[in-house]
Amino acid sequence: MTETVNLVKSLADKYGRYHESLLPILQGVVQEEKYLSEEAMVEVARELDISAARVFGTASFYSFLNTKPMGEYVIRVCKTITCMMHGKNIIIQELEKNLKIRVGETSHDGKFTLLETNCLGQCHKGPAMLINDTPYTDLTLEKIRDIIQSLKKGDLVGSISNPLN
Amino acid sequence: MNRVNLNIDSIQVSVAQGTTLLNAAKELKIKIPTLCHHEDLCVAGNCRVCVVEQVGSDRLLPACATPVSEGMEIRTNSLKVRNARKTVIDLLVSEHRADCTRCFKNGNCELQQLSSEYLIGEDSYIDLVSLKEYTIDYFSPSIIKDDSKCIRCQRCVRTCDELQAIGALTVAYKGEDMKISSFFEKPMYEVICTNCGQCVNRCPTGALVEHNYIDEVWAAISNPNKHVVVQTAPAVRIALGEALGMPPGNIVTGKMVGALRRMGFNSVLDTDFTADLTIIEEGNELLQRLKSVLVDKNPDVHLPMTTSCSPGWVKYIEHMYPDYLPNLSTAKSPQQMFGALAKTYYAKKMNIEPEDMVSVSVMPCTAKKYEANRPEMHSSGYKDVDLVLTTRELAKMIQQAGIGFESLENEEFDSFMGVSSGAGVIFGATGGVMEAALRTAYEVVTGREVPFKGLNITPVRGMDEVKEATIKIEDALPEWDFLNGVELKTCIAHGLANAKIVMDKVKNGEASYHFIEIMACPGGCLGGGGQPIPTNAAIRQQRSDAIYREDTGKPIRKSHENPEIIKLYKEFLKKPLGHKSHELLHTSYTERNRY
Repeated sequence: MTETVNLVKSLADKYGRYHESLLPILQGVVQEEKYLSEEAMVEVARELDISAARVFGTASFYSFLNTKPMGEYVIRVCKTITCMMHGKNIIIQELEKNLKIRVGETSHDGKFTLLETNCLGQCHKGPAMLINDTPYTDLTLEKIRDIIQSLKKGDLVGSISNPLN
Repeated sequence: MNRVNLNIDSIQVSVAQGTTLLNAAKELKIKIPTLCHHEDLCVAGNCRVCVVEQVGSDRLLPACATPVSEGMEIRTNSLKVRNARKTVIDLLVSEHRADCTRCFKNGNCELQQLSSEYLIGEDSYIDLVSLKEYTIDYFSPSIIKDDSKCIRCQRCVRTCDELQAIGALTVAYKGEDMKISSFFEKPMYEVICTNCGQCVNRCPTGALVEHNYIDEVWAAISNPNKHVVVQTAPAVRIALGEALGMPPGNIVTGKMVGALRRMGFNSVLDTDFTADLTIIEEGNELLQRLKSVLVDKNPDVHLPMTTSCSPGWVKYIEHMYPDYLPNLSTAKSPQQMFGALAKTYYAKKMNIEPEDMVSVSVMPCTAKKYEANRPEMHSSGYKDVDLVLTTRELAKMIQQAGIGFESLENEEFDSFMGVSSGAGVIFGATGGVMEAALRTAYEVVTGREVPFKGLNITPVRGMDEVKEATIKIEDALPEWDFLNGVELKTCIAHGLANAKIVMDKVKNGEASYHFIEIMACPGGCLGGGGQPIPTNAAIRQQRSDAIYREDTGKPIRKSHENPEIIKLYKEFLKKPLGHKSHELLHTSYTERNRY
């Protein structure tokens, strides 16, 4: 049995094999593997005795259940109206320039994925973005350059000075 | 049961508690338009075209999803309702590629019908089709899925989940990106889709249609160098009339044969003939398996044996229960047995070169198109069945040919391969293959007819989801004396959701059947995905009644008494399960992905 098969099995043992176990199992797989592969989804379907398409349909509904391989750092820039008015487009341009990828892409070294996302609930501190699970707010071009620089150097996300704290 | 009193369009009505507003209105002969609603499926309430007004309430109610309550006052035709419905239809059309004149469903599309009824007129909303990157999936030989015509009513998703337990289709993504998708948006050809076509039968628009081969068949007919052979499945003759303006339940065998001849087919033959042949081969296979398991204790032979004539079921088991492939009968379906014999035995008899022959079949089924394209199905040295038409396509061709169908005289099938027994006819109904097999197998083993009045094995008939029947074998002939006292346990399921129930029972060791009949479609072939639209429970029942009427009216009721079958074995096949049979009439199966 492959690693994925074992992972799905252990998650199903943990969360049960009911319809309502689907989401926690999918979240568990994403936590371990960063994304949901075809293999993982088929295994989840087998464990819960539901169709694989249903698993895919559910996963595709949720922004945080990735169905494509993701980089080490997943950057999600808020695209909703307040952040938009606070200049999110310029922030995205700066990110694209620094990372040399476009929105929706992953860098060749597998380090960064750049995405847009719906409201992060930080409207009062826009523009805002999320890197993995950490929010960054009141973004400026300099901040973007600093953050990307330290991530490229390999500093941990949490160790960057976070305006939220 | 408690009754509820309410008022619909100023008419007082009393209906059973739990009735929906839609059905309460139906009792008053008031028609409320629907799109996402289908009587075979659960309520979805997502299209909003069935909205009605409740006096005293601002919000409109979906009639399909709202149960009646005491004292309700409902308006189904107020200005507010009409405007709301018109807006809903208009918005749906703004996201639908309304290229009606070029659409296969032109004239048979529920969205088109409603647009015409509500006179939606000039564009009130921006046409969004050009702004969306829709895909059209042409790869399957059975089904074309065109997302640009989809209104996301989800009838197909519910059909695939509820009736068939396949789940090849799902709702994926959200908001404006929401779409009906397969696993990872793969083509239908690559996923678990069994090609049963139940979704095609229920799609209200042209988003899911059969891959049609009408032009190819006309081209073959008009090619003077080709000899075009046509076979027609048992369930076509009891439903074709519906697509040509006749009420359900008419047997139109004779008219159908007449129409096929007028259309220019060179040989008009009958799949029922090879249905009889399937019974001989499959019945003998069952007896041989019983002997191997009960007497020889051969561990490589498996029981229960399941039928293999439904290509939707075959593909389902290949995907979902690959461990049970050895349990599938190796006998080909009647369509493929016919194809293999047409280009060998029949071609030789008629002095036609098989390469000059085009073998066409008319089926109640879209999965038969896939089956004919399976790489195994070349045992004649050529593609055994070249082109497969659904009942609907044949009806379309009859209309194209300008044939006044109802006034046609009854005609008889050609011979050879045109004669069939009543046992062959009932293949088209759930339980029919079981009944036909028992009529023959019981007689082979005991030398006597099955102990049922008029050969009607009623326990295996009817629309119950899963049927079980046991026949005790007594006074067997010497060759079969090991079966003395054996209770032959049989099970019949139709609709793949019921097949799943049976297979899970077998898998968990909760049932010990000897022989299982499974048909992929509800009601068996008579409710097939290629049958006229609409198909629902009442229509399936009428078609079923017609099939059993046709059986009772046949002079020969048992497959092994079909004189053409007897002659076929004498002249060509020699004996059931013999060398020639294995070469032409049996097949093998492939394990497939679980998505």
